[in-house]
Amino acid sequence: MKMITALVRPSKVDAVKSALVSLDIVGMTVAEVRGFGRQKGQVERYRGNEFTVDFLSKSKIIVVVDDSKVEAAISAISEAARTGEIGDGKIFITPVETAVRIRTGERGESAL
Amino acid sequence: MAFIPPIRSGSTPLAVFDRWRRRWLAGVQNPQLRRSAFVLMAFAAGLLPLLAGAAHAALPKAVNDGADTLLMLMGSALVLLMTPGLAFFYGGFTRAKNVLNTMMMSFFLMGLIGVLWIVIGYSLAFDTGFNSPFIGGLGAMWLHGVGGEFGDAPLADGFNLSATSFALFQGMFAIITPALISGAIVERVSFKAWFWFCLLWSLLIYSPMAKMVWGGGFLGPFGSIGAIDFAGGTVVHIASGVAALVAAAIIGDRSTWPDSKRPPHNVPFILLGAGLLWFGWFGFNGASMFAAKTAGLPFLTTTTSASAGLLSWCLIEWFKDGKPTAVGAATGAVAGLVGITPAAGFVYLPQAVLIGTLTAAACFIAVQVKAAIKFDDSLDTFMVHGVGGTIGALLTGILASKTLVAADYFPLSAKIMEEGGNVGLFLAQLKAVLFSYGFVGLGTALILWFLQLFMPLRVKPTEEERGLDYVAHGEEAYDPMTN
Repeated sequence: MKMITALVRPSKVDAVKSALVSLDIVGMTVAEVRGFGRQKGQVERYRGNEFTVDFLSKSKIIVVVDDSKVEAAISAISEAARTGEIGDGKIFITPVETAVRIRTGERGESAL
Repeated sequence: MAFIPPIRSGSTPLAVFDRWRRRWLAGVQNPQLRRSAFVLMAFAAGLLPLLAGAAHAALPKAVNDGADTLLMLMGSALVLLMTPGLAFFYGGFTRAKNVLNTMMMSFFLMGLIGVLWIVIGYSLAFDTGFNSPFIGGLGAMWLHGVGGEFGDAPLADGFNLSATSFALFQGMFAIITPALISGAIVERVSFKAWFWFCLLWSLLIYSPMAKMVWGGGFLGPFGSIGAIDFAGGTVVHIASGVAALVAAAIIGDRSTWPDSKRPPHNVPFILLGAGLLWFGWFGFNGASMFAAKTAGLPFLTTTTSASAGLLSWCLIEWFKDGKPTAVGAATGAVAGLVGITPAAGFVYLPQAVLIGTLTAAACFIAVQVKAAIKFDDSLDTFMVHGVGGTIGALLTGILASKTLVAADYFPLSAKIMEEGGNVGLFLAQLKAVLFSYGFVGLGTALILWFLQLFMPLRVKPTEEERGLDYVAHGEEAYDPMTN
């Protein structure tokens, strides 16, 4: 089992979700987060005064999948979230020890 | 254009007649002569009111007119709505952790000043008991006697609105004026200090200003200066703007400013607030005409100036920075409204467009200057209301139409225009502006220095960091964990 943490543009969340669902990956968690990478912040103006906003809105999608589906999920997310411009985001893969379904107490892959 | 002709209490015509009768007839012993003299005097006295009437022929004997009174009541409701509107306008600019405190600084005054005005504020502004050109009296405390038994008695000869509707309307102005000051000192001032400041400022600065300009006092058309202020360029906007500047200087910058300044936390709030202010300003300026039949002109000049202000501010931004902004549209509209306030009933529409445009441009420059000199008037209260009010008051002198400054209601100002034209009126306006700056600036400083003896004016830096919503009120505006 692997946990996929994808940081993507908020406007791409729906596309990423559809792409994952089409791979039969059901269940994911989305959080609104702020951050910056190479894109850095943006300059905003209020009453003619400049404000540099360092942290930009991103969406963090967390999904845990079976090892066999990891590569397919990575390419699905990448394709769905890519614009080619700086600021498209990142994907991190981490191992997961186990999973528990709270309602039934099932463990491991059947809990996904 | 509020003015109440002074009412000499305790001297009814009959009492005056009796005094003169006794004085003149004291030396006349012959009863026959006494009787003849008495008859002659009574006859002459009977003619006197006619002679007095000739001097004010154009001021009709007052009868409560339903339409005029209704204009005032509707205007009062509109002006009341400006205070929560201002709360949204200011609230949108602050950080999310201070939005409730910022809004309360305006909203709370609907309670505090709402009561204070009835108890004593109105009396200090519009009673004539002290016979002073600077302050009213104590005769109308609790609105005693205002509007008579049924509240329907007219304000005065020449004004067909009921005295009660006038007192209410003026009360709404008294509420929003100190609320405007809050913009300069948000996110750091202690709410307790704010409470006492508003109470003292309303009594010691606002009521005297209202008396001097509108209550037949020193600055106004029945006083010594002869300046005109249609709906509050000096009383409301210069007063609140100057007080804001002084308060921000004495209370000091926010501890995080300007190193880690933050953009507005909710721009839609700012637009909502500006919209409510614009809507309410129809009452603020329009109903200040005090006559339903002629209120169309100030309604028109008001909204036209706001439109011109909004357009100018956005066009300036568009040319200068490449994009027109929503905050700029809101600010430009408010600047236009501030600018037209002293002029609304004294100018026609081309002048209204000019006033809106020039005021917005001046306020835009002022905001840039403030940022450049790093002075923490947090929400630009002085830069919009102080600068805008000053430009508006001066432009009123330059642009006022002689036809609209009627001699019956503005005798000294009309005389000044007759003799010196718009230049003369401009000089009168300038004197009134300078006097207001001095009086309000010094008075505000004295109040704050006095309060400083009893309480800290601002919260501790740690409390500032935590956010005033929780520190001052024990509440949070936005809590994501409350399901």
